Order: sequence, then structure tokens, then C-alpha cells
Amino acid sequence: MNNILTHISKIAIGFFLLSSLTAHAQNSNDALYQSLGGKTGISTFVNSFVAIVLEDARINKAFKETDTERLASLLTEQFCELSGGPCKYSGRSMAESHKDMQVTNAHFNALAEDLQIAMEKHDIPSSVQNRLIAKLAPMQRPIVTK
Amino acid sequence: MQISKKIVNLALLSCSAACMQTSLAQDMLKPDMGKLTATGGVSQLEGAGGGGLTPWALITGYGTRDSYGANAHYTQVNTQDYSLKTYGVAVGIADRVELSLASQEFTGSLAPLNALNIKQDIFGLKVKLAGDAVYEQDSWMPQIAVGAMYKRNKGIGGLGALGVTNVKQLGAKDDSGVDYYVSATKILLEQSLLLNGTLRMTKANQMGILGFGGDKKDRYQPMLETSVAYLLNRKLAVGAEYRMKPRNLGVDNEKDYYDVFVAWFPSKNVSVTAAYATLGDITIFNPKNQRGWYLSLQAGF
Repeated sequence: MNNILTHISKIAIGFFLLSSLTAHAQNSNDALYQSLGGKTGISTFVNSFVAIVLEDARINKAFKETDTERLASLLTEQFCELSGGPCKYSGRSMAESHKDMQVTNAHFNALAEDLQIAMEKHDIPSSVQNRLIAKLAPMQRPIVTK
Repeated sequence: MQISKKIVNLALLSCSAACMQTSLAQDMLKPDMGKLTATGGVSQLEGAGGGGLTPWALITGYGTRDSYGANAHYTQVNTQDYSLKTYGVAVGIADRVELSLASQEFTGSLAPLNALNIKQDIFGLKVKLAGDAVYEQDSWMPQIAVGAMYKRNKGIGGLGALGVTNVKQLGAKDDSGVDYYVSATKILLEQSLLLNGTLRMTKANQMGILGFGGDKKDRYQPMLETSVAYLLNRKLAVGAEYRMKPRNLGVDNEKDYYDVFVAWFPSKNVSVTAAYATLGDITIFNPKNQRGWYLSLQAGF
């Protein structure tokens, strides 16, 4: 009897641990999204980001014909989704949207730098910035074609 | 008809290839400074791109794979009784190949070694083999490079009274040698960390300052070197390094090197690295653990 009780309590503890673990995982799924200030926070630094890009002589030629408001809204969607927020990116794939742009590593990095500057401007901690950049960095593969 | 069409096509093709080549050549002439700040590392003690003590798999400078970068550096380490000055130049080509030239001067300040002066030249070559430390954030694959350093010890000054002018008189088997290494560097942006591990095959005593091989051992041995850096922001990193050393000489119970450092990158043209380094006791003639400040300045593009 005692044995069975110990077993049951062990199993119960196991379930408790498991459920608290999954609860933790769910909580931390959108941790980055929350750290970026949710959709409002993201949209705020994305607006600065787009403004900085349009001023950046290294890459602004590529955005001459771009509807910048739409660009900002798509980037907000994308960053929101990537950071675990409740959004769905509705734009074209990275490979498709960049395929004729002859993007080099230097262009890609310039964009990343502008994003860092934009986030710095809005006092997003460096460790949080890096976590978002970590999600974006692998996009070098579909984006950089030159 | 078919043939002439083919010829035209061929001509067009060769023109476009040639035109592309000239525009590519023009692009190659101008440094693009396209890498992200700090991702070329700083200049390590032997002139290679890396941390302070150890080479990293990163290629020096800010040129991407479409361009090149170059820099010059000056480094000084002052311990209680010795000082080591290194200056040199390095180029990174297409973010793939790194060439470096460095000149070291080791001097003593405590009698009877107060006139001691040992000079060494180092030519370094590094080639990136695989991976990308920055982009591959979705995998554990690090950036991997192999390298070699050819070192030529130019002799000992200041011990003429004792008749000692060459490291071989201290027990070294040779006054020149080659180090071979493989480095793996990973930037973990999720954690804001940079990790490096380097495995070096070497015979060098005190990096070569005291020659190569010795009375106790005269064969290549693997030495592990590690660096950990925390990226405080995109212009500032703090970290620690460890470098294992061989013990080949009877007159030098050589110790491993350690340091803690802060590296500041105010722009892509300048970096300043300050560290506190522990080099251990150097030669049996002075049993004091040598510790002190390390300061390094790099300028380039």
C-alpha cells in the first residue's frame, strides 16, 4: 500500500513538473515578443528602421519604388510572428521578394545595422536586439543571391 | 541561320560574362566595409585576427566575401619585470583568406635582465574552411578556419656579457618554427555570446620568444586555447581567454596564459582592447608570476 502511494505521488509530482514545464514553455514562447514591447513596440521601432534605411546611401536605392508604409506594416507583422507574437506574416517569401535585387552580404549587413540603430534609438536592450537578430540572420541564405 | 543565332548568343553570353567581370573587378577594388561591427575580431598577440591571446576563425577586417579589408595594430603588455610590444599589419581577402605580418619585441626591466631584448617576426596565413559565425544562428555549426604562423626569432640582445645571443644557447632546438592551428568560432546571438576554441600544434617556447623545441621536449604538441566573450552591445564586448603552453625548456617552467578583456569598437575603423593578463613566471631566473596590463589598438577598414 505504502509502495503504491509512493508510486502515485511520484507520478503526480512527475505530472506537476511536466505541466509546469510546458506552462513555462508557453510563457516563454512569446517572451521575445513581450520584451520588444508587443506589437506597438515593434511597430514603433520598425517605423524608425524604415526611415533609417531610406536615408542609408548603401541600400536606399533598392527601396526607391517601395510603398514604405506597406513595407513597415509587413516588417512589423514579420518581426511580431518571429518573436512569438500573435501575428501571421502575409508577404511573399524572402527568396521571392529579393530574387531580382542582387542583394550582397554588405547590403544584408547594412540592413541589420540599421535595425540595430533603430532598436537602440528606442532603448531596446542589446540582449533583446540580439535575440531578434538571431531569428533574422539565417535569412541571409534566401536573401543574399549575389 | 541556326548557327549564326548560336554565334550571336555566344557573343552576348561572353560579353555579359566579361562585363560582369569588369563590374565585379571594380567592386573588388573598393573595400566595402560590409561586415558587422566587431565581426572581424581584434589583433591577437601574434598578429592574427582573433582575441587578445588566441587566433579566431573570423577573418580580420571588414571586407565581405565580395571585397577585402586591412588593418594595422600596436599591442603592448607590461608585467612587473617584462614588456612585450607587437605591431603589425593584416589583410582579409574575400572574407576567406587572412595574411598577417607582425613584429614582436620582448624586453626586461629587472637586473640582470634589464637590458634583455628579444625580437621575433611572424608571418601568418589563415583560411576559412566552413561555416559562418554570424548567419548560421539556426544551427550549431561554427565558423571553422585553419592557419599557420611562421616565426623567426631574431636573437637575444642585452646578454652579451654572458655570451648569450641566440635562443639555442638557452636550450631551444631551433630559432625558427611554424605553428599550425584550427579554430572554431561561434557567435550565439540568442545568448549574446562569442565562443572560440583553437587547437594549436606547436613547438614554440613563450610563443617563440624563447625559440622552438627544447632540451626537455622537441616535438609538436597540441595546445588548447579558448575565448569567451559577452557582447554588451554592438560596440562593446567583455570576455576571458585561456591559452595552454608547452614546457620544452629546462630553464623555463612555462605557464599557461590567461586574460580578461574589454574590447571597444567605436567605429569600423578603430578598436581598442584592454586586458589584464597573467603570463606566469618566465624562466627559472625570475620565479615571479608575471601579470599586467595589455593594451591594443587597431586601425583599418
